[in-house]
Amino acid sequence: MSKIKLAEHVIETVQAICAQYNNEEGELINVLHGTQSKLGYLPAEVQELIAKELDMSVAKVYGVVTFYSFFTMTPMGKHPISICTGTACYVRGAEQVLEEFKRQLKLEVGKTTDDGKFSISCLRCVGACGLAPVVMVGEKVYGRVSPQQVRKIISEYQDGCPSHAE
Amino acid sequence: MEMIKLTIDKKPVVVKPGTTILDAASSIGIKIPTLCHMKLHDMGIENKPGGCRVCVVEVEGRRNLAPACVTKAEEGMDINTHSMRAINARRTVTELILSDHPAECLTCAKSGECELQDLAQELGIREIHYEGEQSHYREDTSPAIIREMDKCILCRRCEMMCNEVQTVGVLSAVNRGFDAVVAPAFEMNLDHSACTYCGQCVAVCPTGALTEVDHTGAVIRALSDPSKTVIVQTAPAVRAALGEEFDLEAGTLVTGKMTAALRRLGFDYVFDTDFAADLTIMEEGTEFLDRLNRHLKGDKDVQLPILTSCCPAWVKFFEHQFPDMKDIPSTARSPQQMFGAIAKTYFADKINVKREDLVVVSIMPCVAKKYESAREEFATDGNPDVDFAITTRELASLIKLANLKFNSLPEEDFDQPLGESTGAGVIFGATGGVIEAAVRTAYEIQTGKSLEKVDFEQLRGLEGVREATVDVDGLELRIGIAHGLGNARKLLEDIRSGKSNFHAIEIMSCPGGCIGGGGQPYHHGDDSVIKKRFEAIYKEDAGKAIRKSHENPHIVKLYEEFLGKPMSDKAHHLLHTNYFDRSNKIES
Repeated sequence: MSKIKLAEHVIETVQAICAQYNNEEGELINVLHGTQSKLGYLPAEVQELIAKELDMSVAKVYGVVTFYSFFTMTPMGKHPISICTGTACYVRGAEQVLEEFKRQLKLEVGKTTDDGKFSISCLRCVGACGLAPVVMVGEKVYGRVSPQQVRKIISEYQDGCPSHAE
Repeated sequence: MEMIKLTIDKKPVVVKPGTTILDAASSIGIKIPTLCHMKLHDMGIENKPGGCRVCVVEVEGRRNLAPACVTKAEEGMDINTHSMRAINARRTVTELILSDHPAECLTCAKSGECELQDLAQELGIREIHYEGEQSHYREDTSPAIIREMDKCILCRRCEMMCNEVQTVGVLSAVNRGFDAVVAPAFEMNLDHSACTYCGQCVAVCPTGALTEVDHTGAVIRALSDPSKTVIVQTAPAVRAALGEEFDLEAGTLVTGKMTAALRRLGFDYVFDTDFAADLTIMEEGTEFLDRLNRHLKGDKDVQLPILTSCCPAWVKFFEHQFPDMKDIPSTARSPQQMFGAIAKTYFADKINVKREDLVVVSIMPCVAKKYESAREEFATDGNPDVDFAITTRELASLIKLANLKFNSLPEEDFDQPLGESTGAGVIFGATGGVIEAAVRTAYEIQTGKSLEKVDFEQLRGLEGVREATVDVDGLELRIGIAHGLGNARKLLEDIRSGKSNFHAIEIMSCPGGCIGGGGQPYHHGDDSVIKKRFEAIYKEDAGKAIRKSHENPHIVKLYEEFLGKPMSDKAHHLLHTNYFDRSNKIES
C-alpha cells in the first residue's frame, strides 16, 4: 500500500466540491474548475483524490487536466497575470506586453516567481477585444495595455499596496 | 423491423437500421480498409473512435467523404468505396500518419504483424509526400510490457481495452494536439501504475507501440551455457495457438510438434505446465473443500466464495483495486509458479543438480507471467523459481531462429516426471476450465464416488459472466465464472455488497481465458480464432486417457515421495502464497 499525503483542509475542500456535484463523473470539469479556483492549481495528489471521489481512473482525470490549457499542475502566483494573445490583442501588441512582463519579473510563461507572488500565463480572448491588448491580474481586467504600463501594473501588487493585497 | 436498402459499389444491400457502412459493405464481401477500428463480435468488444479516417468512402450527394466505421447506413444511400477521391484521401491520410512514424520497419518487433505496414502495402504507398516534425517520447520498459510511443498512431484500442474491457483504467489519452499520447496518469512508467500486465493492450495494438519484453536472447544464452541444465514447461493454451505462427489453421493442436521443437532447441527436459495444473487442483481443490465443509458446519469465519488464483493479472488487479478482499482468493500459487517451485526442489534433487545450475523456462500465452515470475516472493536467495517466461510468439521466433521446419517435425511426448498431465490440466487454458477441473476432483473427494461423466458442459462457454450449479451428490454447488477483468469486477462488487451467493468463482483476465492471452499469436480483430483455440483445448481434454487431476500417477507419486498430502506444511511453503495491498490510500 502506498500512501498519498494531503493536508486535512485540502481533503475537506476537495471532498466538499465533489459532493456539491454529487460525486458524478460527468461533472469532472466543473469539479476541476472549482478545485483549481480554491487551491490555485491541481497537483497530482489532488487529482488522485478527485479520481477516488468521482470513482473514475486517475489517468482520465489527468487526461482532462492536460487537455485544457486552463488547468495547471504548477501553483499559480498569488496574483496570476494572464496576457491575452488572441487575434485582436495579438495584432495590437500583446506580444510586446507579454515580453515586458517576462522581462520585469524574470519569469517564463507558466512559471511562478520564487516568492510565490506572481505567475504568467497566456489566454485566448476574454471577450473584451475593444480594449485590446488585454491583461488580467487575478479577476481584474486592464485594457489597452502598453509595455510602458507594465511596471505600474506590477507595482500595484507589490508589498505596501494594501488596496490589492487580496 | 423496417430494413434499410442502399447501394455499395453498385451492389444493392439490405441491412438492419443502425448498421454502419463498414458492416454493410462487409456483408456483401467488400472489405473497406480500416486502421483504428477493431471489432471482436462475439466478445462484444468494439473500438471505433472514427479517428484515423482511413475508411472514408464517397456517398453520392454528400459534400464530404464519410468514415465508414462510424457512419450509419441510410435508406437509398449510393456509396462508392473506391472512387478516385476516396482512394486519394485514404492514401493521403496514411501518408500523413507515416510522416510521423519512425521508418524502422525492418527492425521493429512488429514487422510482418503490423497493421500500419499492411495498410501501406495494400494502398500501394511508395513515397511519403509529407515531411514534418516527428513526435518523440521516452521508451518505457516494465517487467512485461514495453511502450514505444513514437510508434503510436493514437487509434486508442489499448485505451479501450484497458478502460472499457478490463476496467483497469491505467491508460488514457493525455495532452493535446501534437503532444497527445496514450499514457498512465502523470505520464508515470507502467511499473509505477496499477497496470496488471494482462497484455490486452499489446494484443490489440496495430503497430509496434506496445510489445512484450523480449526474453528470447536470455533463453538462447542459457541454452548455450554448458554448466546449466535448462528445462521448459509449456502452458496449455500454447499448444492450441502456436501452429498459427506457422500458417496452420487456427485451432490446430500442435502438442507433439511443439515438444519436438523444444527438444531440438536444446532443452534438457521438456515438461508440461499441465502437470502443475493438476497439482494446482490438488491444492486449490483441497483448500476449497476445507472452506466449504467448514461453511456447511456453520463456521461463520470462513470466507466463501473461494476465488481462483492462477492468473497473475487477476492477482495484481485485486491487489490494486480490491485489497479489502485479498483474503478471499485461494492461496494456491499459479501452475507456472508451482512448477518452478517443484522443479527447483524435488526435480533438482532427483537429477542431482544444484538450484543455481537449473534454469526453468516457461512458454506462456501471457505477458503477465513475465511479471509473475519476477515477483520477489517466488525466489529463494535471489534465485527465481522460474527464470524466464516467454510468450507463444517468442517461442515461434526461437523455433524460426533454430532453422526448424515446424510443420514437418515429428510428434513427440513430454519427458517425465513433470510432463505427465490429465485432461483436467489441459482445460486450464480456457475460461471455465480451471473450475471444471476443480469440480472433477472435488466431487470425487467429497463424495468418495467415481464421476460417471467428467464433462461439465454447463461450465463451458464464451459468455463474459456465467453462472452454473453442479450437483455434488445432493449438495448444490453454485459456481460463477468471469473472463475479462471488467466482468471480474462485476462479480467482486457483488461479493463486496453481500449479493453474491457463489461457493466458488473462477476468474481469468483475458477474453476467452488464456487462449486469448496477451502473448498469443495476434488475432488482428478476428475473434473466430479464439473460438477455434477454445474448441481445440476441449478436444485435447477429450482425447486424454486420464481426465481427473488426482488420478495423475506422477502427482500421486509427488505427494508420496515429497509433499506428503495437499496443504501439508511443505506444500504450504512451496505451493501457496499470500497477497499484498497495492492500493493508494489518501491520508492527511
